[in-house]
Amino acid sequence: MKIHEYQAKEVLRKFGVLTPRGVPCFSVEEAVRAAQSLGGEVWVVKAQIHAGGRGKGGGVKVARSIDQVRAFAGQILGMQLVTHQTGPGGQKVRRLLVEEGADIARELYVGLVVDRQTQRVCLMASSEGGMDIEEVAASHPEKIHKVFVDPATGLTDAEGDAVATGLGLPAGSVRQARELLQALYRAFWDCDASLAEINPLIVTGGGQVLALDAKINFDDNALFRHPEIVAMRDLDEEDPAEVEASKHDLNYIQLDGDIGCLVNGAGLAMATMDVIKLYGGSPANFLDVGGGASTEKVTEAFKIMLRNPALKAILVNIFGGIMKCDVIATALVAAAKVVSLRVPLVVRLEGTNVALGKQILAESGLPIISAANMADAAQKVVQAAKGEGGR
Amino acid sequence: MSILINRHTRVVTQGITGKTGQFHTRMCREYANGRECFVAGVNPKKAGEDFEGIPIFASVREAKAKTGANASVIYVPPPGAAAAIWEAVEADLDLVICITEGIPVRDMIEVRDRMRKQNRRTLLVGPNCPGVITPDEIKIGIMPGHIHRKGRIGVVSRSGTLTYEAVGQLSELGYGQSSAVGIGGDPVNGLKHLDVLKLFNDDPDTDAVIMIGEIGGSDEETAAEWVKANMKKPVVGFIAGVTAPPGKRMGHAGAIISGGKGTAQEKLAVMEACGIKVTRNPAEMGKLLASVLK
Repeated sequence: MKIHEYQAKEVLRKFGVLTPRGVPCFSVEEAVRAAQSLGGEVWVVKAQIHAGGRGKGGGVKVARSIDQVRAFAGQILGMQLVTHQTGPGGQKVRRLLVEEGADIARELYVGLVVDRQTQRVCLMASSEGGMDIEEVAASHPEKIHKVFVDPATGLTDAEGDAVATGLGLPAGSVRQARELLQALYRAFWDCDASLAEINPLIVTGGGQVLALDAKINFDDNALFRHPEIVAMRDLDEEDPAEVEASKHDLNYIQLDGDIGCLVNGAGLAMATMDVIKLYGGSPANFLDVGGGASTEKVTEAFKIMLRNPALKAILVNIFGGIMKCDVIATALVAAAKVVSLRVPLVVRLEGTNVALGKQILAESGLPIISAANMADAAQKVVQAAKGEGGR
Repeated sequence: MSILINRHTRVVTQGITGKTGQFHTRMCREYANGRECFVAGVNPKKAGEDFEGIPIFASVREAKAKTGANASVIYVPPPGAAAAIWEAVEADLDLVICITEGIPVRDMIEVRDRMRKQNRRTLLVGPNCPGVITPDEIKIGIMPGHIHRKGRIGVVSRSGTLTYEAVGQLSELGYGQSSAVGIGGDPVNGLKHLDVLKLFNDDPDTDAVIMIGEIGGSDEETAAEWVKANMKKPVVGFIAGVTAPPGKRMGHAGAIISGGKGTAQEKLAVMEACGIKVTRNPAEMGKLLASVLK
C-alpha cells in the first residue's frame, strides 16, 4: 500500500525524523491560510499524488509571496500531473502540501528496502540527493553506502555514524544524522514498510539534517495489524478496476492490451499473458481468481474485464487441481449468462474432471471457443481478437 | 529415491483443525502412502482429540516425541504462521513446509534470522507454496496428486498452478517426476532454486530438472551461475512475467520488478548464458525437457 508524502512525513515525525513544517490542503483557500500560519517568506507548494517525479512534471513550485502561493495552488490543484510514473494520462491532483521553504546546503539520499539475498532490511545512502538511486548505482556505485541491518539489534550507533561519515557530513551533523537514520529504520520496521525513501535528505546552512521529501510503501500482508496505516489509504490514487477487484478478493492489474485473461494462480496468470504476447496478441489485464473460482467471483471478474472499452476477447485458462473443472465450467456458464458477453470467449480447461467440464461448456449453448492446451488457447484468442478488430 | 520426502517421512500437520488444514489433510492421506505418513496434528486447545483418527497434540515437540514425526506442514493463518514455523524448527524437525499465503515479511525476516543465528538444521520450504510431492510415495501440500507420475525428472518452481502445468505436460509426454518442489512466491522464504537444484544434482534417481521462475529478485540468476559451475544434469527453464509491467506486484508478494531489477528478460539471458536451455513458451516446458534427454 502507498501513501502520500505528507502522510509519510507524519509517520516519520512520530518516530523522531525532522521534516520542514507543513500543512496538507484540499483547496486554494486552505493553501493560503496554511502559508499564512506557517509564516516566513518562502513556501513550497507540492502536489500530492502517489507517483514520483512530481517536480519535473510541474507539480512542485517555490512561492515567494502569499499571492504566488494562491496562484500556484490554483494551477496545481485539479491538474492532470504527468510524470514518468503516472503514464501518459497523468494523475489528477486533489491534495497539496504547503511547506515552509528550506535552506538547502546539501542534498543526500537515504532509502530502506528488504534485501532478498541476505533476508535483512538494507539501508542505502548516497551523497547524490535528488537522483534516482538506480541511476547512481549504475553510474557511481562507489557513492552508495549500504548497511544490512541485523533485525535483532536494529541500526546500531556505529552503523549510523559510519553512514553519516561516509556521506561526508560535517562532524557537527553526524550525531543528528545517525539519530535520523535510526528513527527512519524504526519507522520502517515498526510500521511493516516494504520501502522507505527520503530523497532528498538535506543538510541546511545551519547544519541541520531534514527529510525534504518522503515516500513509504507498506507490506500489504501486514496491514491487518496497522489500522492506523489502512486509514491513510487514498482510493482516488488507485485504479478503480483494481479497487473493485480487490473487494471481491480478485487479484487484478490493468494493462494496455485488448485480450482479457482470467486465470487461477499468479504464476500461470503471468505465463498466460506471456503466451498471448508470444502469439502476437496483447494482454488487457492480469487476473488471478485464486483457488476458489465460484460463480460469484467469476461473474465479478467478467464484469471488471468487460468494463475495459479496449477489450476484444477473453481467454480463460484454468488448471483445475483441487478445484474441479466441472465446478469451474458451471461457474463460467452461469457467469457468462449473467454478464451477456460482448466479446469472443476462449476457454482452456485442464486437470481434474476435465472431460465433464468441457461437456458442460459444449452443452451450454454459449458461443465458447474451446482450446486443447495453452498454445492452442493463445492462438485462438489472438485470432478472435483480430476478428473483432476488423469488424 | 527422491528429494526431501519419501514414503518413510512422518508428518505432523500444524493447523490441522482449520478448514484448509482439514481438507488438504484428507487429500494428502488419500494419496499413495498418506495413511502411514500423516501421523499427527497440532492444536494446543484440542490436544487429546483427533482429526478423523489422526491424534492431535498440544505442541510439535510432543507430536514428534509421541509419533516420530520428522516433518511438518503448516496451514496456520498468516498472523501465527511464522511462530508455527519457529515451533517446528525448535522441535528440531528435518523439514517444515509452510503453505500459508500472506505472512508479513517482517515475521519471516525474524524467523529466518533466528534459524541462521542458532544454526538450525531444519529445512524450510515456502511459505506461500503448494508444497512438495514425491509421486506414488507421498504428497505434502495442496497440489493435485493425480496429475503426477513416478519418474526421473525434478521440478522446482516459485508458482503453484504453473508447476501443475509443467507436471501435466511432462506426464502427458511420458516423463514422470522424481520430486516436485514449490518453493513459494514470497520475497523472504526458505529453500531457493539453488538449494533444490543441489538436492536434485545429488539424487541418483533424478536425470534432469525443470526450473520455473518468475519476475522479482535474483534467485534464478544465482541458481543459474551455480548450475554452470556444478550441475551434472541437464536443466531447462521458464520464467513467467515477460509481459509484466514494472512496479506492480503480480499476485505473488515477491513477483515485482523494482528499480528495473528482476525482469524476466534479465533472468532468461543469465540462464541461457549459463547453459540452461529456456523456452519463452509456457506451453512447451515439457517438450523442451524432452529435447535435452534425447
